[in-house]
Amino acid sequence: MKKFWKNASFRLKAGLIITLFFLVLGFIIYFIPHADPFPNNIRFKNLPPSKEHFFGTTSQGQDIFWLLIEAIHNSLLIGFIVALIGTVVGVLVGLTSGFVGGALDRILMLVTDTFVVIPSLPVLILMTSLMKGNGTVFLLALVLAAFAWAWPSRQIRSMALSMKERDFIHTAWFSGEGTIQTVVTEILPFALTWSLSNFMNATLNAIASESSLAVLGLSPGNLVSLGNMIQWARNYNAIMMGRWNWILPPILSTVVLFIGLFMLITGYNDYMSTKRGR
Amino acid sequence: MKFWKYLGLRIVTWALTILIGVTFIFFIPRMFPSDPVESMIGQMQARSGSMDPVAKEALRTSLRVQFGLEGSLWEQYTSFLWKGLLHFDFGPSLMSYPTPCTDIIKRNLPFTVGLSLFTTIVAWIIGNFIGLLAGFRKNKRSSKILEGIAICIYPLPYFIVALILQIVFAYVLGWFPLQATIVYNQSKAVFVGTLLKSSILPALSMLLVGTGWWIISMKSLASTTAEEEFVLYARYRGLSEGRIGYSYVFRNSILTQITALAMSIGGVFSGSIMTEIIFGYPGVGTLVQGAIMQSDYNMILGCITISIVAIATCTLIADMIYPFIDPRIRYS
Repeated sequence: MKKFWKNASFRLKAGLIITLFFLVLGFIIYFIPHADPFPNNIRFKNLPPSKEHFFGTTSQGQDIFWLLIEAIHNSLLIGFIVALIGTVVGVLVGLTSGFVGGALDRILMLVTDTFVVIPSLPVLILMTSLMKGNGTVFLLALVLAAFAWAWPSRQIRSMALSMKERDFIHTAWFSGEGTIQTVVTEILPFALTWSLSNFMNATLNAIASESSLAVLGLSPGNLVSLGNMIQWARNYNAIMMGRWNWILPPILSTVVLFIGLFMLITGYNDYMSTKRGR
Repeated sequence: MKFWKYLGLRIVTWALTILIGVTFIFFIPRMFPSDPVESMIGQMQARSGSMDPVAKEALRTSLRVQFGLEGSLWEQYTSFLWKGLLHFDFGPSLMSYPTPCTDIIKRNLPFTVGLSLFTTIVAWIIGNFIGLLAGFRKNKRSSKILEGIAICIYPLPYFIVALILQIVFAYVLGWFPLQATIVYNQSKAVFVGTLLKSSILPALSMLLVGTGWWIISMKSLASTTAEEEFVLYARYRGLSEGRIGYSYVFRNSILTQITALAMSIGGVFSGSIMTEIIFGYPGVGTLVQGAIMQSDYNMILGCITISIVAIATCTLIADMIYPFIDPRIRYS
């Protein structure tokens, strides 16, 4: 651990700290008992920040601080679910396609390539507009995951193709290991490093897509997420009224979270490449 | 001959991509339980009381025809491919009935294309230039600062950058209109003036995100190229820094960036949709948003079909230019 900290670049450290900060907010602070911030009209409206309501309340009488914590929790959760599905499916499809080859490979790659090329936002708009804000969080995550698997599966496939020809894989074949065992024991460890970086990237993309859909009014209406919080503030004219304690917390959180995640991803990639080089 | 094979293969991929994409968006709405015709009739009844059953049946039939929902699934599919994909005919728009969707999309598309094209090209040029300088002299303080700024802007979603610019420049400073206001019905000068004034903030926010990416990627490319042995050799030969920068580092790094340009088109288009919505800029994005609000499925389908075709075509064009620029890649 100490050695890691000494070798890590500034970017990796900063990204790690920011991401950890948001994880603490979303998954530890979130579980501190507090009144449900979502219901309207049970608190005074438009309160300025105070000891009771750290960031004040919205024009609907919602507690902004706890709403923000819940939004961070939900946004991260959606990001993780989507990234998990996308990475697992992507790795499976990529490995299958790379190792089995033949007609299956060609069909899988045709579908994958289409998903890489098709612009995701328009199709996401179509799918979510049919649910029209009534969809559940799980359904939304599934829809987002439909576009998260194609890119990793392509990358993993080319990784598998180049691995297939290496000596140690041949050794494994000749010593009588089956395809599945070879893949699990010989290839997967290599794919894992890459998958972790892809997982973080997919998390970032999923949160971005969810919040973009929220701005279009297409995220489930009862889902407290960063995007929806920004959208509600916009809808109730928080900008025009100059209610900065309402509009700025979700915007700034999104900005800091995204920069933190991005620094973590690029820092991690740099770190792994220097480690491999040594 | 190899070139023609490459070209033919590339065109087949292009057609297949569009076909699969369009098939996808045709079948998705039909898998969902919600029926747009029934929900429209329900809305009408909620507004104007119950209807005569005979009139309701007639209304249902005519709505089904307009949505392209009559006949078997296969008939619907072939007629959608024939009319929608080959003739860009998506039926009448339901929010501004009876104007055909295509007419409205044609009116809005130039704004989106203009905004995306302008920002893509300008961001590519500026970003690669800055990235080259930053990568070539990567130990200079200014290079590190520039890269730091790029890292802080690039990962943000387009709409967040747009929202921040809107708050700062339109609301707090008041230099630009909060929402795009373009005056059509006066003189040409007024139209161009208002168009430019309304376009500055959307263009700026897309430029910031786009430039950020090109700076980051070009910097890493240029700094790896700058450490290659042929660059070292050029240094030993005593060539000027400018000559090394242009003929050795730039020309070798820019090739990757041209492929990346083709890959980025889809993202820029999505970015344009989000940016337009924040600023109320009258492109395809605002059109899609309006169509969603009013459940205008013909319009949603039309916009999405056209955007898939447009993005696939742009990528195809960029891919076809590539072999002409890099002689090493040609025909393979």
